[in-house]
Amino acid sequence: MNIRPNAILEVDALERRFDVSAPWLNRMIEGKPRRTLRAVDGVDFVIQRGQTLALVGESGCGKSTIAKLVTGLHPPSGGKIRFNGDPDRMQMIFQDPFASLNPRWRVGRIIAEPLRTLRPETPAERVAARVDELLRTVGLAAADGLKFPHEFSGGQRQRISIARALAGEPEFLVCDEPTSALDVSVQAQVLNLMKKLQKDMGLTYLFISHDLSVVRHMADVIAVMYLGRIVEIQPTADLFASPLHPYTRLLLDTIPDLDAPKRDRAPMGGEVPSPVSPPSGCSFHPRCPLAFDRCKRERPERRAQVHERRVACFAAEATSTGETTDT
Amino acid sequence: MTDTVLDVRNLRVEFPTRHGTLTAVDDISLTIKRGEILGIVGESGAGKSMTGMAILGLLEPPGRIASGSIHLSGDRIDALDDRAMQSIRGRRIGAIFQDPLTSLNPLFRVGDQLVETIRLHTDLTKSQARTRAKDLMREVGIPAVDERIDNYPHQFSGGMRQRIVIALALCAEPELIVADEPTTALDVSIQAQITALLKRLCRDRGTAVMLVTHDMGVIAETADRVAVMYAGRLAELGAVEDVVRRPQHPYTVGLMGSIPSLRKDVAELQMIPGSMPRLNAIPQGCAFNPRCTHAGPKCRRDQPRIDSAGAACWLALEGATA
Ligand SMILES: Nc1ncnc2c1ncn2[C@@H]1O[C@H](COP(=O)(O)OP(=O)(O)OP(=O)(O)O)[C@@H](O)[C@H]1O
Ligand SMILES: Nc1ncnc2c1ncn2[C@@H]1O[C@H](COP(=O)(O)OP(=O)(O)OP(=O)(O)O)[C@@H](O)[C@H]1O
Ligand code: SF4
Ligand code: SF4
Ligand SMILES: [Mg+2]
Ligand SMILES: [Mg+2]
Repeated sequence: MNIRPNAILEVDALERRFDVSAPWLNRMIEGKPRRTLRAVDGVDFVIQRGQTLALVGESGCGKSTIAKLVTGLHPPSGGKIRFNGDPDRMQMIFQDPFASLNPRWRVGRIIAEPLRTLRPETPAERVAARVDELLRTVGLAAADGLKFPHEFSGGQRQRISIARALAGEPEFLVCDEPTSALDVSVQAQVLNLMKKLQKDMGLTYLFISHDLSVVRHMADVIAVMYLGRIVEIQPTADLFASPLHPYTRLLLDTIPDLDAPKRDRAPMGGEVPSPVSPPSGCSFHPRCPLAFDRCKRERPERRAQVHERRVACFAAEATSTGETTDT
Repeated sequence: MTDTVLDVRNLRVEFPTRHGTLTAVDDISLTIKRGEILGIVGESGAGKSMTGMAILGLLEPPGRIASGSIHLSGDRIDALDDRAMQSIRGRRIGAIFQDPLTSLNPLFRVGDQLVETIRLHTDLTKSQARTRAKDLMREVGIPAVDERIDNYPHQFSGGMRQRIVIALALCAEPELIVADEPTTALDVSIQAQITALLKRLCRDRGTAVMLVTHDMGVIAETADRVAVMYAGRLAELGAVEDVVRRPQHPYTVGLMGSIPSLRKDVAELQMIPGSMPRLNAIPQGCAFNPRCTHAGPKCRRDQPRIDSAGAACWLALEGATA
């Protein structure tokens, strides 16, 4: 794998399997086999410094597992993750701002912690000054440092999480559904803040969301996931202008569009299959309106070596220009 | 007037607490016609579910209806005793909640639950009821009904379970369905299947639907009219196209601007400063006044009110906030 000149993160053929077998005794008595769940099944992507790459997809497609692999909370079962930055300066923001803040610590201490870990020699008054500065950066008051997390609303708590992440002087932030638990008006406050910080500090984001309109607003590049795989990856404008994968197209047809109220739409049929026993070939084939014989037998690939290849689909390959199936 | 299925007048829901009485629903009036879907939208804690629960007669004590009236096709239902209300709930009002498992018994086959509910509300025989259960399952889009009818709830996916709950709500052919966040726990592609189903049922059967959700997108796509709630009060009520495209209330304007668009690029999303007040700290006058850029002296003094249409805002009502 070649390091791309400006890539901060390169992920190659990443895999993560979970053993979801019944307990050993049950397997012996009931004669059940071992079962493996492929949560992340051969994922490639590259994130350029200062940009935002978004992972979108429905529940269980493997987004959070990728976040945990990238931040080292899970070891990969296969493939490579290359981070061309300072590993100490990678931070994570979680969906639930309450669960991720220690309820017994004052906010000031919560925010100071990453700073103390990163630079233990920092004098106390420098830490205090930095905490005040961070609170103001995220739109809170210096006095808020003396309060406890439960004294804040959901949006304010997410600001505290962001301030804590910034205390570690991050260059790279992994944000797993940072606004999914928030009301839309509060979500707007947090998204605007994240965009401003990115511009001011040159931050890079791996941004995870199931909401395509949020992702469209935030991302430079969007990767659409289905059952542990990236089925399509495109710059944001291209993805919305000309979605290539049938799943992306169905997803775009399906999401409610505020600019077209009372639209009658044809909802996508079928259900998301179980990742323990995914369909053969292209795992989308049972729901795909374009599926043909080959889709049931063979798995369409989209590999990093041909990063120009934006889609893993036989039908899209056949129709898109300049791409051949026999790379 | 016979077309009006639900008529809620000046509804007020209160919670007496040790620190005083909290008003969770404050003077709400709305109507739903036959075959119409009314969306109730608003942020967390705005009082959407309380409004739905009051209509269903399911308010948990000490919560209670303090004043106002609720009529169902002309019959007053807000002052009935528990038994009478229970019979209305199955027969005339169907309920669908966010978690399908609150409506389904995990220990019984879905078919048996449907048959039991149908027999409770009609005088069909057991085998007739089973035939009807299968028809309903087909109508809500369950494939392979002959096999699935004898499955238990846990053998269905979340989306399929919600379809079964809808079938259950339809058993007695109710006049009104109250659906509280029916798609919130589901994936977008499944969500679309459920809202399309609700729309079709409403159209085909003439059922009136009250659709409670915090998701403006779902409302825009599903509802005919929409009521926007803020701090227990109605902020705005109107045809969905009007509220989405030409909102009148400053809160609705801010809300619409804060939602990222699927088509338009904006450098920055519109923000409403601050957050919705807690029930014990609702400001005098217009509840939105501390966050409103148009607020004037009148807004801090007098509460703007609407009666089932328009925007509860002095600017919209009188063209001035002085
Ligand atoms: N520790 C684990 N053990 C077993 N299975 C797991 C584990 N963690 C995740 N999984 C499974 O891996 C798959 C991917 O999960 P993941 O949490 O990454 O999905 P996601 O895309 O983040 O979904 P959501 O939108 O619901 O958060 C799921 O099927 C999940 O059940
Ligand atoms: N038992 C109770 N005692 C006091 N207040 C209560 C009680 N139950 C609910 N409330 C309050 O009533 C208000 C309205 O709650 P409701 O559940 O109707 O909100 P909602 O609009 O449905 O919000 P969400 O989107 O979170 O479901 C909230 O402020 C809530 O805190
Ligand atoms: S490979 Fe076949 S089944 Fe898969 S998305 Fe493309 S056309 Fe559909
Ligand atoms: S009544 Fe006044 S404070 Fe309330 S929304 Fe209208 S202008 Fe703003
Ligand atoms: Mg997740
Ligand atoms: Mg609710």
